[in-house]
Amino acid sequence: MFDLDRWNEIFMTIRRNKVRSVLTAFGVFWGVFMLVALLGGGAALEKKILKEVSGVATNSCFIMGGRTSEAYKGFRKGRYWQAVNRDVEIIKAKVKGLDEISPLIMPWSAASDNAVRGEKKGTVNLMGTYANYNKMDHHTMKFGRYLNDMDVQEHRKVCMIGSRVYEVLFNRGEDPVGKDIRVDGVYYKVIGVGDGSDNISFNGDKREAVTIPFTTMQKIYNYGDRIELLCALAKPGVAVSDVQEQIETILKNNHSIAPHDKQAINAFNLETMFQQVRYLFLGVNILAWIVGFGTLFAGIIGVSNIMTVTVRERTQEIGIRRALGAKPSAILTQIMSESFTITAMAGFLGISFGVLVLQMIDLAVSDDGGATSMFQISFVTAVSAALIIIILGTLAGLGPAFRAMKIRPIEALSEE
Amino acid sequence: MSTIIKLKNINKTYYNGAPLHVLKGIDLEIERGELVSIMGASGSGKSTLLNILGILDGYDTGDYYLNNELIKNLSETQAARFRNKLIGFIFQSFNLIPFKNAMENVALPLYYQKVSRKARNKMAVEYLDRLGLKAWAHHMPNELSGGQKQRVAIARALISKPQIILADEPTGALDSITSAEVIDVLKKVNATGMTVIIVTHESGVANQTNKIIRLKDGFIERIEDNSGHDTSSFGIQNIK
Repeated sequence: MFDLDRWNEIFMTIRRNKVRSVLTAFGVFWGVFMLVALLGGGAALEKKILKEVSGVATNSCFIMGGRTSEAYKGFRKGRYWQAVNRDVEIIKAKVKGLDEISPLIMPWSAASDNAVRGEKKGTVNLMGTYANYNKMDHHTMKFGRYLNDMDVQEHRKVCMIGSRVYEVLFNRGEDPVGKDIRVDGVYYKVIGVGDGSDNISFNGDKREAVTIPFTTMQKIYNYGDRIELLCALAKPGVAVSDVQEQIETILKNNHSIAPHDKQAINAFNLETMFQQVRYLFLGVNILAWIVGFGTLFAGIIGVSNIMTVTVRERTQEIGIRRALGAKPSAILTQIMSESFTITAMAGFLGISFGVLVLQMIDLAVSDDGGATSMFQISFVTAVSAALIIIILGTLAGLGPAFRAMKIRPIEALSEE
Repeated sequence: MSTIIKLKNINKTYYNGAPLHVLKGIDLEIERGELVSIMGASGSGKSTLLNILGILDGYDTGDYYLNNELIKNLSETQAARFRNKLIGFIFQSFNLIPFKNAMENVALPLYYQKVSRKARNKMAVEYLDRLGLKAWAHHMPNELSGGQKQRVAIARALISKPQIILADEPTGALDSITSAEVIDVLKKVNATGMTVIIVTHESGVANQTNKIIRLKDGFIERIEDNSGHDTSSFGIQNIK
């Protein structure tokens, strides 16, 4: 393999037909480049989309009240309904596979500058939840803590604020924990600063949110026992759609909604969305492999063809070598090495070029000018691409090499 | 003198369409150090005989001993090894590899003996020097004259220190002056004790050898002792 003489022979023959060698190699190069670029691009798209929804538990579902579309049990159709506190208790008791459930209220506040602290003021979105809502929409805490169960049980007037709220109402670096802020005329004690996932939100920007205990919210804003939204989390290994169905059945039963009324309940879960996204990217990936591999394969066929032509052209030379004592195996390895060398050089160049282009795209699209390595193939992909090239390159030479090996010296020498 | 080539009742038939019985029981012995020519009209079987002697082709029945080894039913790999070690070839059309220079062409048999690059190139230059071509060592074949090419080919045949030299119409592509030079070289090679077998249809060439084997229709018609170099000369060739 590391015989200098053999490499000399190989490069000499490759150089002899420069244009042909380069064009043939280009086929392989382009194939590999396509493969790498498509795989890298596809993966990048997937990562980008998945990043959008990161921080949100994928096995959670969200259920809202609505308007019935069927008359049932003496009620007319078109009736508005909302979930109530009792529903939460029943759901907790009855639904199998349920991990957590949190009711949610987000009152519509039309007032601007509804949050005030001393001289400072700003517009915020208010939200009331249970402490366990953090499990469905994970908050990254910068100061203090998230709501806890005691806050909820005791209707405490405490709040957790988003980072933007902190910036507006507090001085930079000031510890907000324990300080009071006023929202819609009511004072709350700040217990923490934290942002939820900014990629899924029900009521505006999370960074501009003020979260208070659900019970406090119901009281202050006169909701009685009504709930706007239910957020449920399925246990690990349980399909959230299954949990969602059970919850819907209970709600329909409790609120006298026709069992087959599909419009009365507004619900969605991330599992189905994720599934679709996942299938989409599976499709993208398969397409990338088919197109990339197809192009690469065409390139390899080109190499194989050129090797066949080469062998035919060099019949006499091979005959001379055989007459001078070249063993058939020496001829075989010579032709195979040539095919392998062309393929490998072009292929590795293709991988490098693909990686380079992906890196440039990566730098171009990243926000802060640094590489995010989002547009990049994994090391494993690169290695497997290299392996594929090596295998295909060897296979491409196999046919022509065996043909060359079968050349008998007398036939070749008489061919003048 | 010991026998280097011994053929016993060699038969060879080609089966391309109608069977063609080319060699019909050849018996022949050639001693070590002889200078022999094989003559015959085209179709007499002389090329086939040379191919068998050169282990480029097999035979159907009989026995062929080269250097006291039976050459029969060899695999291609074994045949390649024997060719490399025992036989030096010289062809009518020189058969130099066009993209290698004179030195590399001469060194090629040693490449297949796994001799290191340095050693074999040094030896190649030595052999070229012996044939008066040292200055041309780095020239490509297309930069050499016919006579020079054939001398490079002779150097290539000699470099592996074979037991016999097989020359197939070595002067066929050369003019009379260079032909004479090449034959002269072959005679000098023979003078060092090398067995040389020349296939030719030029009587002038055959006349330079010590023994002439005349083939006709697959038989050995007669073997002439020509140590006096006085064979009936057909110096003027028939017009083909």
